[in-house]
Amino acid sequence: MNRKVVVGMGTCGLSAGAQAVYDRLRELSEGSGCEVSVTGCIGMCFREPVVEVRSEGRRTVYGDVSAERAAEIWRRHVLGGEPVTEWIIKTFGEEGVAGSEEKFLAKQRRIVLRNCGVIDPESIDEYEAAGGYSALRKALLEMSPAQIIEEVKASGLRGRGGAGFPTGMKWSFAAGNPGPVKYIVCNADEGDPGAFMDRSVLESDPHSVLEGMIIAARAIGGTAGYIYCRAEYPLAIKRLTIAIEAARNRGYLGRNILGSGLDFDLKIKQGAGAFVCGEETALFASIEGERGMPRIRPPFPAEKGLWQKPTNNNNVETYANVPWIITNGAAAFASVGTEKSRGTKVFALAGRVAKGGLAEVPMGMTINELVFDVGGGIKEGRAFKAVQMGGPSGGCIPAAMGDTPVDFESIPRTGAIMGSGGMVVLDETTCMVEMARFFLEFTQNESCGKCTFCRIGTLRMLEILERITRGEGTPEDIPRLEDLAVKIKEASLCGLGQTAPNPVLTTIRYFRDEYEAHIRDRRCPAGSCLALVTFSIDGAKCVGCGLCAKNCPVGAIAGEKGKPHLIDTSKCVKCGRCISSCNFGAILRS
Amino acid sequence: MDENFNYRLWRYDGAQGELIPLLQSAQDHFGYIPRRAIKYIADVTGTPEASVYGVITFYSQFRLQPMGRYVIRVCDGTACHVSSSRMLIDAIEDELSVEIGGTTSDGLFTLTTVACLGCCSLAPVMMINDETHGKLTPAAVRKILREIRRRDAASKPPQAGGECAREAGA
Repeated sequence: MNRKVVVGMGTCGLSAGAQAVYDRLRELSEGSGCEVSVTGCIGMCFREPVVEVRSEGRRTVYGDVSAERAAEIWRRHVLGGEPVTEWIIKTFGEEGVAGSEEKFLAKQRRIVLRNCGVIDPESIDEYEAAGGYSALRKALLEMSPAQIIEEVKASGLRGRGGAGFPTGMKWSFAAGNPGPVKYIVCNADEGDPGAFMDRSVLESDPHSVLEGMIIAARAIGGTAGYIYCRAEYPLAIKRLTIAIEAARNRGYLGRNILGSGLDFDLKIKQGAGAFVCGEETALFASIEGERGMPRIRPPFPAEKGLWQKPTNNNNVETYANVPWIITNGAAAFASVGTEKSRGTKVFALAGRVAKGGLAEVPMGMTINELVFDVGGGIKEGRAFKAVQMGGPSGGCIPAAMGDTPVDFESIPRTGAIMGSGGMVVLDETTCMVEMARFFLEFTQNESCGKCTFCRIGTLRMLEILERITRGEGTPEDIPRLEDLAVKIKEASLCGLGQTAPNPVLTTIRYFRDEYEAHIRDRRCPAGSCLALVTFSIDGAKCVGCGLCAKNCPVGAIAGEKGKPHLIDTSKCVKCGRCISSCNFGAILRS
Repeated sequence: MDENFNYRLWRYDGAQGELIPLLQSAQDHFGYIPRRAIKYIADVTGTPEASVYGVITFYSQFRLQPMGRYVIRVCDGTACHVSSSRMLIDAIEDELSVEIGGTTSDGLFTLTTVACLGCCSLAPVMMINDETHGKLTPAAVRKILREIRRRDAASKPPQAGGECAREAGA
């Protein structure tokens, strides 16, 4: 019997309980001759924990696996040879058996995520068996640095961190600057709330990023590299550390790599919790041990970057594309996507979408296809309202513009930005003014304080938005917000300030009526802003336990034990403690 | 904790850019960055104490006060925010009688929020020390906190702040 069981153990899987599943399977496998191993994230976070049974080239993927279900799968499938059809979510190479989540992967094209959820991220052998490091071998032994750069240029690869700058061109700038010391930096400081693509790649396939960086070092003449990873990703840091050590032992890092004469080594630098360090010049300052404040450009990093030396900085996903391009050729990569945005993009689908997870799709797919065909529509059958793209630097695109293709040309036209790939889906319960306030609070808090408009202008905008959500807005507030937004954009040095007003501007542009409802009618149409809603109790759900009445600080709730309670709205201070104390979801806001 | 703080200091070879890693190991060791660690690091690296302090206050990871044995980090990223993470915070504040940034009087819990833990599809999410909990409700949060309290009371008498946070987080 040659069956192998693989458990998805990325952060998503682990927080859904994959460790207990893995432990149970290991226990069962004692002396059975079947192997139990670990993989990263297959992208179906909404069905975690995920377990896969492999035999004779077939892969059967099970979702929502508990320790008990794992034991059942072990008994029936691994030992008995009969798949447990009702729990299958996806099959590969299996005729006639369809899983319940076939659609999630049907429209995807996996280049960056090629090994995610397939190989054991802590095993360099499995990476090599999947073709890993063959691109490096080709780049070092068969290609000149100029040829590597030409290949990346021809592929049309653009920076996946959000700005979309052509990668090959960036590399040629750094290559053109002389110097005995040049740095290769990987930005893994994935700070946008709502984005987790890079975490998943680092946890599931760390070698692909290393390989991309070593190829970049060859192309540019890099002598040392840094991966700047946020400290909030302990598992990614652990797996990267293991990968670097293994690569060093195999001679892919260090002196005279593969006999090519290239000397290159890598270090991980842990971020310390500052969003602005995602901006490259601030990131360099942080690696140097300073406060992470941005610097004036020019000089650009290709000329004077880290420690004033020529530096090339790309993000995780960009580097992970590179080995695939070298192996499969620029033409194969350029055949995917749109004319100006080649290849794929990984999106982190989250928020009110039914199937939240990671999806890699060809550039140019529409927002609707992503939300409905891949993401399965909206949770609880609610109405699709908007998507938020690009995090605090991006904007909200309304459902009416759902046929907008996601690529570097179309998205900026909406006022949002492509960003690094966070796509947070919003439904009718999301208040757009509150959404804008949320992002402004974030950028205001994360502003490093160097530029006056970013430091103080965002605070003034935040104060106005807070006022509006409390129902104290005035008609002048909207023009005042727009005026401040323009000034902050123009008078800020780095991307943080230049883009901070985007969430406000896009919500005013597409959801002006919601702002006006707050200001003019003192009403929150989404029923979200506490100061503007009325609390009541759903008589059908209330069991009369009395917990809410006990927790109400002003004694506004009354009722007989065992019978539905009532809220006296004249006493209610809308603190929300009844909602957080109710175990039955019986408190309503409208 | 993977490396001893003193060992780290002793091993420091004057390499560029080691200030933040040194502060991180100090925080790993003490649970926060005490005054005397600032002085050591300033001396060893030849950086003025004021500059070291400036770096500490710039980054949200660094703390100048001891933390509780269990550090709760409630995610308030976009996905968690639209999935009502505020209600989790309300429930924790209520359950523990502590505000964001504060530590319970018995030194057991510190409540903080983070911008994003990157588990958006399991929103709303929180981390307690190194363990992530997903798909939470206010009721589930209360249950988890009570369970930790119960387990803790059963295992050993509570100790004060810093040193313990290190044990639990290691």
